[in-house]
Amino acid sequence: MAVVTTSKKACAVNPLKMSQPIGGAFAFMGLREAMPLLHGSQGCTSFGLTLFVRHFKEAVPLQTTAMTEVTTVLGGYENLEQAILNIFLRAKPKIIGICSTGVTETNGDDVDAYIKLIRDKHPQLARLPLVFVSTPDFKDAFQDGWEKAVSRMVEVLVDTPAVEALRDPARVNVLPGCHLTPGDLDELRIILEDFGLQPSFLPDLAASLDGHVPDEFTPTTIGGIGVDEVAVMAGAGWTIAIGSQMRRAAEAMQAKTGVPFRLFERLSGLLPSDEFIAFLSEISGRPVPTKYRRQRGQLADAMLDTHFHIGGRRLAIGAEPDLLFDLSSMLHDMGVQVIAAVTTTRSTVLERVPTDEVRIGDLEDLEELAKSKGCDLLITHSHGRQAAARLKIPFYRAGFPMFDRLGAGHHKSVGYRGTRDLIFAIANLVIEDREQNHGPTPDTWRISNLPSAACRRSFKDRTERPIA
Amino acid sequence: MSSLPATVRDIFNEPGCAQNRSKLENERRKGCTKQLQPGSAAGGCAFDGAKIALQPFTDVAHLVHGPISCEGNSWDNRGSVSSGSDLWRTGFTTDMNETDVVFGGEKRLFKAIKQIVDKCDPPAIFVYQTCVPAMIGDDIGAVCKAATRKFGKPVIPVNSPGFVGSKNLGNKLAGEALLEHVIGTQEPDYTTPYDINLIGEYNLSGELWQVKPLFDELGIRILSCISGDGKFREVASSHRARAAMMVCSRSMINVARKMRERYEIPFFEGSFYGIQDSSDSLREIARLLVERGAPGHMIERTEAVIAREEALARAAIEPYKPRFKGKKALLITGGVKSWSIVAALQEAGLELVGTSVKKSTKEDKERIRELTGQDAHMIEDMPPREMYKILKDAKADIMLSGGKSQFVALKAAMPWLDINQERCHAYMGYLGMIKLVEEIDRSLFNPMWKQLRRPAPWIEPARAIGQMHSPAAASISDPAIDKTERRAKKICVCNTVDLGTIEDAIYSHGLTSVEAVRQHTNAIGGCCKRRIEDILQSSPPPVLQAAE
Ligand code: SF4
Repeated sequence: MAVVTTSKKACAVNPLKMSQPIGGAFAFMGLREAMPLLHGSQGCTSFGLTLFVRHFKEAVPLQTTAMTEVTTVLGGYENLEQAILNIFLRAKPKIIGICSTGVTETNGDDVDAYIKLIRDKHPQLARLPLVFVSTPDFKDAFQDGWEKAVSRMVEVLVDTPAVEALRDPARVNVLPGCHLTPGDLDELRIILEDFGLQPSFLPDLAASLDGHVPDEFTPTTIGGIGVDEVAVMAGAGWTIAIGSQMRRAAEAMQAKTGVPFRLFERLSGLLPSDEFIAFLSEISGRPVPTKYRRQRGQLADAMLDTHFHIGGRRLAIGAEPDLLFDLSSMLHDMGVQVIAAVTTTRSTVLERVPTDEVRIGDLEDLEELAKSKGCDLLITHSHGRQAAARLKIPFYRAGFPMFDRLGAGHHKSVGYRGTRDLIFAIANLVIEDREQNHGPTPDTWRISNLPSAACRRSFKDRTERPIA
Repeated sequence: MSSLPATVRDIFNEPGCAQNRSKLENERRKGCTKQLQPGSAAGGCAFDGAKIALQPFTDVAHLVHGPISCEGNSWDNRGSVSSGSDLWRTGFTTDMNETDVVFGGEKRLFKAIKQIVDKCDPPAIFVYQTCVPAMIGDDIGAVCKAATRKFGKPVIPVNSPGFVGSKNLGNKLAGEALLEHVIGTQEPDYTTPYDINLIGEYNLSGELWQVKPLFDELGIRILSCISGDGKFREVASSHRARAAMMVCSRSMINVARKMRERYEIPFFEGSFYGIQDSSDSLREIARLLVERGAPGHMIERTEAVIAREEALARAAIEPYKPRFKGKKALLITGGVKSWSIVAALQEAGLELVGTSVKKSTKEDKERIRELTGQDAHMIEDMPPREMYKILKDAKADIMLSGGKSQFVALKAAMPWLDINQERCHAYMGYLGMIKLVEEIDRSLFNPMWKQLRRPAPWIEPARAIGQMHSPAAASISDPAIDKTERRAKKICVCNTVDLGTIEDAIYSHGLTSVEAVRQHTNAIGGCCKRRIEDILQSSPPPVLQAAE
């Protein structure tokens, strides 16, 4: 049972958090032929764009209403109108997803009202869905932006079923949290299909940002779930929501369509995977395929092999709530001690992170905690690289952004296979660190005989000092 | 401190700007930034520009006043390099929340400054203004003044809210902040007649360090580089330099011009991209220094270094020229790079399909005209779709551009090279030129391209089905065809004997040795000796089994 605290600093140092509007825009990137649009000054969009491009190494569609000092004073109606018309003409998208920013929220732009006006004035837009989400960046964080955007998509894009409409039990809606990578979605799709189920992911980043070479150039998203496919989600037998952030969207789906949902707060690790597979077997009415019996065995063996190396490690982890909960719980199950945990925003799962305290803070907090508490494994996004270098402890990159290594979109942590690969990767890092930095010396025995783990950390200092 | 609108007006009125000089009085004020098009705009904001210009000062703390988007989404994303302090890589932001927006963020800002002073004690703190605090009226100038007094160290306001304009405007706003609050506030420990300032050089990928050895050799001291690998003290005492070189004309011309006015430091515009430019720049620096009192032999020494370096570079590039013959490049960049890289490419023997001039001045364009001999190569604005088409249709063999358009090239399965901010190779100076050519070669001739451009063979299933009815397949199902085909195969390269002839000879004469086969046929028994041995061993010959 963790206590959730908030950093009291006036100045965030080395932010862990990213802004809410780009979290919202990210969700729209999982729709086919979509154009996410930030209602704000162009800098916010440019930064967001750079961030996504550096992470995925992919072309990313993202537009701006290009508010200037003058238009900010006058209100953003005209810029929004022009932006929508411009995008409609040039990019010919199937949907425009609009997220507000700090600039337009401070001003109090009433975007919903603007959209009504724009629709009245331009009948040619009648069939173009315009989904607006309010995402001021002086509130909440990336994950919240995603959560709100997906909820809005459900509310706006899913059709209400006709009374006598039949549901197809083989069809499943999947609402993935933003902590899942395109690689995770691919893995889930395979698993679901192996049970004879037909999944629709909302949003579906796998087809849009999984890094493939398309046949043609498009200014909008190159893949993702189509607006028409979202509309018929009411016909599915179940909704599976992944990550507690998706509860709201799942509830909205149920309220609108009556489709029951099951929320999986985490999908990394043996027990969560067992639960997931059992559930699929249940709703599909099929036995678990041999493939998964084998994968389960492999994971079990991987756990046996890796626990020597990961077990007992003192983990410092910084991530958005759902990812934090997922990874730290899985590693806790592997015998890791979760010592320092820092996150970006509030969430119901934080209290259940297996540690004493979860701090809403920045990477400086994480670094200081890791240092003072003698952590010997660091997990966070790429911005943690400086801290890791200073702490001189093994560093596993997880989450967004991951700009200094390749293949971020294909990282996998869900299911038996995903967990297996993940724990191997972490264990190998630990082994490598031990080989490189902690080889035995004539004095090693003195250190390893020291009583507490905290003392182990200052190994270096001790060996360098003469032993009195 | 002058008001922001006044500063912006002043910047647009820049007399040092070549493009501006040709304009009418009232047009100048409007500046050259085109009206932004909502829904089709790209590029950073003024804050972005200010941060780019100043962040390479390595020993100061850069504090961004605003909600999380400005710094949280962007920190740790620049390729500048430091030879000393790492403080510049730390992201500091006030991360304003809703309460701050309602009640004002000045208090939080002041506390943030205090927190930084307490923890890091840097020689100075740069405070960047962003949109939201500017809208709610936070006066960062006043806060910085109070903090300077309270903490006894320079706290410098950089008034650059994103929405006042483009990245380029932000560069200049950063320059104004330096002029107003930093330059001339300290004195250097000593001066030499060889002290220069570099303005608008950011030491991306450590590029500056490729040129610096030449400076060192000539005894030229970089008193201050604004701002690559710069220190606060250096820029504060930069007003004692004898001459200045402006490396990127777009970014901080206001700094160069005002320093000339205030401190009589002459400057010129130059670049270190390409052999010719590097030489020109060195020459110009030497000339200016001599003009300002350095001994005359400086010029000869410089010429000697230039001659040596040019010869080395030319010799290193020579072998690439035949490889590049007929290869065409598309250049999408802006400002001086649009011509300095053109010059570099031409030196290496590449052809140019086009270069973008969207962000170039009239003089830049003049230079391109000089280099390419025509206007046709200048591209005002090219939508990505068109770039893609040019590449996909192989009208260009390689694209050089900034990171954001890389996928246009890569997804067309065409070579691409990063020549902007985020690149990881240094292309400056003579060495850089060689590196650029090496990289282009590596990219153009990577064997990967051939594999990628080839469609998967199974993409047309008809072909596989077709194969089922091919002669080869038919022969397997028809033993007669099989026999003739098999027997017609030549077994030997030195002669034209076919398998059938040899088998017949062996069978009809009951031969048992290569020697005997040699006598009965035209086979020489050279390279075919092994084959004949094999045939002799498989007795009776398989063909007869099949025939019986
Ligand atoms: S446009 Fe304004 S709010 Fe957006 S990143 Fe730039 S300074 Fe920040």
